[in-house]
Amino acid sequence: MTRYVIRRILQAIPLLIIISAILFLLANEMGDPLASFGGRRRIRSSDRERLTRQLGLDQPVMVQYLIWLVGNDWMQIDVDGDGTPDEYGTRRGVLRGDFGTSFMEKRPVLEIIGERFKNTMILMITAEIVILFFAFWIGIYSALRQYSFVDNVVTTFSFVGYSMPVFWLGLILMYVFSVNFKRWGLPYFPTVGMYDLAVGPTIPQIAWHLVLPVTTIAIISIAGYSRYVRSQMLEVINQDYIRTAHSKGLPDRWVITRHALKNAALPLITIIGMDLPLLIAGATVTESIFAWPGMGRLYWDATQDTDIPVLMGILVIISVLVVVFQIITDITYTFLDPRIRYE
Amino acid sequence: MDPVLELINLVVHFHTQDGIVYAVNGVSYAAEAGKTLGIVGESGCGKSVSVLSAMRLIPEPPGKIVAGEIFYQGQDLLKLDKAGMQDIRGKEMAMIFQDPMTSFNPVLTIGHQISESSIVHFGIGQKEARQRSVELLELVGIPQAVDRFDDYPHQFSGGMRQRAMIAMALSCNPSVLIADEPTTALDVTIQAQIVDLIKDLSERFDMAIIWITHDLGVIAEIADRVVVMYAGYVVEEADVFDLFENPSHPYTLALLKSLPRVDTYSSEKLATIPGSPPDCLSLPPGCPFAPRCVYAVDQCRHENPPLDQSSFEHQIACWVDITTGRER
Repeated sequence: MTRYVIRRILQAIPLLIIISAILFLLANEMGDPLASFGGRRRIRSSDRERLTRQLGLDQPVMVQYLIWLVGNDWMQIDVDGDGTPDEYGTRRGVLRGDFGTSFMEKRPVLEIIGERFKNTMILMITAEIVILFFAFWIGIYSALRQYSFVDNVVTTFSFVGYSMPVFWLGLILMYVFSVNFKRWGLPYFPTVGMYDLAVGPTIPQIAWHLVLPVTTIAIISIAGYSRYVRSQMLEVINQDYIRTAHSKGLPDRWVITRHALKNAALPLITIIGMDLPLLIAGATVTESIFAWPGMGRLYWDATQDTDIPVLMGILVIISVLVVVFQIITDITYTFLDPRIRYE
Repeated sequence: MDPVLELINLVVHFHTQDGIVYAVNGVSYAAEAGKTLGIVGESGCGKSVSVLSAMRLIPEPPGKIVAGEIFYQGQDLLKLDKAGMQDIRGKEMAMIFQDPMTSFNPVLTIGHQISESSIVHFGIGQKEARQRSVELLELVGIPQAVDRFDDYPHQFSGGMRQRAMIAMALSCNPSVLIADEPTTALDVTIQAQIVDLIKDLSERFDMAIIWITHDLGVIAEIADRVVVMYAGYVVEEADVFDLFENPSHPYTLALLKSLPRVDTYSSEKLATIPGSPPDCLSLPPGCPFAPRCVYAVDQCRHENPPLDQSSFEHQIACWVDITTGRER
């Protein structure tokens, strides 16, 4: 088992290097990072030339990637543009934990991501708990009453929910529960932000601001997840061993929770394991609509500004998480299914 | 002696997309303590459905018990609510299923699955249940039962799994043990061991056993009384010796003729019953066996013969006396 995990991690290293190289190439094709450097004014061509050199953007893209990966403190760079290298670089490279400095904010990328990461986790962990709770509840309920009235209603709503665009749902929720509730004199939800600036980041404030974004993310995910749960449960409850469990006179709840659920959970673990890293990456659209200062919105802003270091930071973290969660998923299997053993 | 479990005129239908499947059409039989009742018939003849109905384990819908009564020690099981039925299942009536591979939950240990019944029905603790289950595993002949308790089903061989299944069924000392083709998925040697084991246990615990099979050899070995079913009807019921000595329904006779014989050297082909099993979606108007029956007369194609219950010893549902080939 330990050997298996070590092997998987070693296999992941070349994979991640290839992924990051492709991402770096793509990120560099997104636009000119200097275009928005001067705010509304155009930058002078002399400044542009100097900045290009200072940021290392004058180098061929593969050299830029190499610097991003291993840093440039071991080589001399030409700062003044006279053609002779004159001082050592300051970057230490991703492999040594230096994700570079944001073009826009002039702060270390990891510092920026760190601030946002916390906020995204608050939003996404809450959302995931809500999603899993309702998805399992709805999925199991409708599987046990297949083709009943309730099941048909739930099925209809999950197709509607699944087909709704996130931005539309977010705006509608905002329109009903913030704009109109306020107009009707009802207690209304805030539209943007994490907390009321006048009150500060207290727990009730954050919880109150969480309601609408969490609902937006949850409705759409519940729709999809509950379908998986339903179909998995349907497959399991028709198995012979469920009939055996019933033949022993076990109460229905016992049969469902102890016999069916563990079997039905196996394929769901795969889906959850694939979705979790994306959750951590944040919900770009939802965070943008509700002005939630999380990773998703950071990603969107970085894309707008062609802030390559930030963009690469986020993308690489997602890639690492995807790989890590795949390994965790595979390990989780061994706990759920005794037939699976890794040598 | 009063029967422990008695089915009276049971009718079970399945409502499918293609129409109503007439799975069981007025079946009656009874199981007595310490005796084994064998039920024989082709696949789809309603033998499993009738016992599953007695356990109230047929999926409803699509299945539906349309008519009849099922008495367990004088109590009509069809009138019981869900909780009442759960008290009977596993505790009073237990079941052994055909395929021990798929009938065990793959993600729970064998021991856990055996213990559950006694935890639920007797309200005993984990520890006590464990001890009991180990004893049961020893009873059914699993070596090193203490160690094997924590094994998962995939770590057991087919024969051992079926033994564990028997231990599971016996865990609450049921009065009725229903064995639904328990030896079909096993090879012949293991099959013989399982038959011997159940025979021995039924005598020791004075259980009523209902043994479903399509293997007449096993029936001859274990049954005291035999019910032959065809297309959801009982066509013949008799004492096991009487049935093998004096088969009186053309279907029973044809079944017995289809058995391969080891005591002759004939190079003849194995006898078969012509035609194919009836489609329970649309049964013929007369006797369901008539289209495949060599003795069939005109009446057979118009009128379904009732089970002649004038003599308890040997009941037959047939218009023709096969010893003479004439109508009765």
